Amino acid sequence: MYTQTKYYYPYHSPFDPCKPIKVKSYETPPNLYMGFQPPSLPQFQPREALYHGTLWPALFSPYPGKREVVDNE
Amino acid sequence: MWYYEKKLQYPVKVSSCNPRLAKYLIEQYGGADGELAAALRYLNQRYTIPDKVIGLLTDIGTEEFAHLEMIATMVYKLTKDATPEMMKEAGLAPHYANHDKALFYHNAAGVPWTATYIQAKGDPIADLYEDIAAEEKARATYQWIINLSDDPDLNDGLKYLREREVVHSQRFREAVEILKEERDKQIYF
Repeated sequence: MYTQTKYYYPYHSPFDPCKPIKVKSYETPPNLYMGFQPPSLPQFQPREALYHGTLWPALFSPYPGKREVVDNE
Repeated sequence: MWYYEKKLQYPVKVSSCNPRLAKYLIEQYGGADGELAAALRYLNQRYTIPDKVIGLLTDIGTEEFAHLEMIATMVYKLTKDATPEMMKEAGLAPHYANHDKALFYHNAAGVPWTATYIQAKGDPIADLYEDIAAEEKARATYQWIINLSDDPDLNDGLKYLREREVVHSQRFREAVEILKEERDKQIYF
């Protein structure tokens, strides 16, 4: 199972003025991996589909928002 | 920083005096999908892309400047000995009125280059997809210019540049694959 958010650790110089955000993230939504959508994928119930914006859980991409934390040491 | 090599990446030869071709070639100089837009796009996006693909953007962005230089040389050779009359016949009178024989960053229709041609979204996938699209559009532009040109020596250089677009597109696609890889599956928060 893939993750929809990836993390990386950018270089931080001792001379950089701000406190480091040591971990940064970016989104890799499910459409990146699906190719041509296979037939007969499991479906949401109609009401849930309307809420989610897609009929298929395999295409649903929750975005909880990015929370970057400044390292306070 | 950069080191400069005082030579072109691939030799530029122009066999026929045809200033009209310069009018079309300038599309790759100051057009939306031209080499200037490509170089500035990649060299700017690289700051906020994951470390694994920064080097790729630096290398390709640098090579785009080498291509820009080749296009400039082609345009210059095609126009440097043209009389005002010849410029007029080639449809370059508006350019001549403003710039004489100087090159300028505008497209084939004379619209000046603008930063609105490029984007830096900060989302690595969005930026790399834009870069792939830019390479494919530049490849297409080279095709259409080759179709308009009947100069075999000039076309040799243009076919080289078209091939580089193909390779760059492949490298950007590989960069997307790198960013898709599951690496440290750290659950953050």
